Amino acid sequence: MQMNGAQAILESLKIENVDLVFGYPGGAVLDLYDAVYKAKFPHILARHEQGAVHAADGYARATGKVGVCFATSGPGATNLITGIATANMDSIPLVCFTGQVTNPLIGKDSFQEADIVGITTPITKHNYLVKKVAELPRVIKEAFFIARTGRPGPVVIDIAKDVFTAMLDFEYPTEVKLRGYKGDFTGDTQQITDVVTALGKAKRPLLFIGGGVTLSNQTELLREIVSSTGVPVVSSLMGLGCIPAKTEGFLGLVGMHGSYAANMAVQKCDLLIGIGVRFDDRVTGKVDAFAPKAKIVHFEVDKAEINKNIFAHYPVIGDLRWSLPIFKEQLQASGRDYCGQFADWHKLVVDMNHQNPFSYTTNSQYIMPQELIDTVSELVDENTIVVTDVGQHQMWAAQFFNSRNPRQFLTSGGLGTMGYGLPAALGAKLGQPTKKVVLFTGDGSIMMNCQEMATAADNDIDIKIVLLHNHVLGMVSQWQRMFYGKRYSQTLLSGKPDYVKLAEAMGLSACRIEKPEVLKPELEKALNSTGPMLIDVMLPGNEDVLPMVAPGAQLDNMVLGGVEG
Amino acid sequence: MKKYILAVLVDNKPGVLTHVSGLISRRAFNIESISAGYTEDADITRINIEVSVENDRELEQVVNQLGKLIDVIKIVNLGLVDSIVRELVLLKVRASKESLADIRNIVDIFRGKIVDVSPENVVIELTGSQGKIDAICEMLAEFQIIEIARTGAIALSRGPVPVKNM
Repeated sequence: MQMNGAQAILESLKIENVDLVFGYPGGAVLDLYDAVYKAKFPHILARHEQGAVHAADGYARATGKVGVCFATSGPGATNLITGIATANMDSIPLVCFTGQVTNPLIGKDSFQEADIVGITTPITKHNYLVKKVAELPRVIKEAFFIARTGRPGPVVIDIAKDVFTAMLDFEYPTEVKLRGYKGDFTGDTQQITDVVTALGKAKRPLLFIGGGVTLSNQTELLREIVSSTGVPVVSSLMGLGCIPAKTEGFLGLVGMHGSYAANMAVQKCDLLIGIGVRFDDRVTGKVDAFAPKAKIVHFEVDKAEINKNIFAHYPVIGDLRWSLPIFKEQLQASGRDYCGQFADWHKLVVDMNHQNPFSYTTNSQYIMPQELIDTVSELVDENTIVVTDVGQHQMWAAQFFNSRNPRQFLTSGGLGTMGYGLPAALGAKLGQPTKKVVLFTGDGSIMMNCQEMATAADNDIDIKIVLLHNHVLGMVSQWQRMFYGKRYSQTLLSGKPDYVKLAEAMGLSACRIEKPEVLKPELEKALNSTGPMLIDVMLPGNEDVLPMVAPGAQLDNMVLGGVEG
Repeated sequence: MKKYILAVLVDNKPGVLTHVSGLISRRAFNIESISAGYTEDADITRINIEVSVENDRELEQVVNQLGKLIDVIKIVNLGLVDSIVRELVLLKVRASKESLADIRNIVDIFRGKIVDVSPENVVIELTGSQGKIDAICEMLAEFQIIEIARTGAIALSRGPVPVKNM
């Protein structure tokens, strides 16, 4: 069918089942936006390109679908960078369309020109510059295929402005032909058999789960493996929700701010089974002293992750959709009573967890941040999606929010992007309109993309923004308190933005909670109200996130805190 | 440090070299040389990368990270198979009537060629291993080397099997 490049993009998106795009118009994408107008293509106008890309990311995390965003050339495209890098670090599938200056102007330092393929090469799974309209359908087909298969990730398609208006005979390819990428990641079954053998000999095995379990939708299978073997579980930040937080034998977050039991279990175990993890330094602490008594198993789709940070004695290279079903089958076929085999070890770590839970001391004058998360967790239903920004509140949310499902706890794990939360929460709500969406943010993070309150108000996107307001850049000030002699360099937010007024000026409703005795009733009222709302909760500024493993220290070297167990 | 020559077959498309060189720099891999050229297949480019690595684990990382690039079709480490390694160098050396004979002698011993001559200089073409090239440079230093252009190492395996079928 004859159409122009802009129409071909929208036709391709329909075929890829894209039902919503986030973006921001500009000179180089005028023709694309004209096509959006004519086709009435569902589109959410963010107030900053960074908001658009984080929203697409939140949408992708909440739904499991590919997130899509549009931006114009030059500054529009460079404003996407933080969002693309965020998605890349957490393996989130995105396809970002950016306009480029017209073909004859490329390379001439033209108005609003930036080399987006060059700039995004280190932070994308793949990228394209499309200079000929005939290439568009193939490129889009490949981009979606690359973004969603294997280890997912962001793909950028940079399109010269004249391509949008050039005519083509549109035909969407039915298959992808890439010589260097198959998207099919099955591996060597023997590697799984070796793990089963190793587990048979183990006395103190431990599962370490991560974002790969969510990305591959293997939660159910993982839960079956956990319950049938009695192997205790620790989780990375990205793996939260795959095992319901209150499950006995689930020791919670591991690493820098992990639970006492999770970190001690890693140091004591004799077989550490990593599933969909990448052994980030925030998990391992001192690499040489990580899991010193254990042989390491690594189930992983990305071959380059094997032996990158931690040497794997038993690598299982392949998609978890391939490996976990076989693992489960082989465990069953072995006929062993794993629960009996590991009963003593299971009891040891569960008792350790009961004796050393995440904890805090309440105060009659102040609302404690952990108490706030706890209370929200109590008040919302089990399907509520929680989105966080980055900093202390993020760690408290990871420690205290009762995540029960995958795609329930959305957070910028790898890149640690302040400003991620608000737009991501909007994307999550648009992707899952029937679920309640709660954003935990701080008075540092919220200001980094606070313009997106206008997006929430204009589109009546019903999210609840819980602002942990402590007048400090909390995580950095915690490090300054612990490691820099309490020299609070540039971390004290003594300024006076009134967040209630700010939210109201943007068109949101808002309230402020200051006293512990009214926390629960006021929160309940606010969380059950209709429409987007900001809840400004005043907190003390000197609370630490604990336990804490100092950077570069080994995991059993923790600063503990809270109430003695 | 150990050196290996990787034969990297990639799609002959714009942007591929950006992807490969960008990856090498952001992963902080040490490379001695990189060169690229067309191959017997019109749509495949061969990139020859000479890498220096501390150990096998680092080598594994280089190969696996390169392998992740969508436009990389195949990587073979020619350092692990019996192969022929060559590098081409062009040398511009100061020369005079008096020194020309001495220079020619040295070039002959190294089986190089003088490909250009002027009253003040000669240009020498030489193919060989890096050791051989380093040696001739040392010998010619006393005449004053004005300029050097080297291609970096390229390699082919011995026997009839091409890299794409390995």
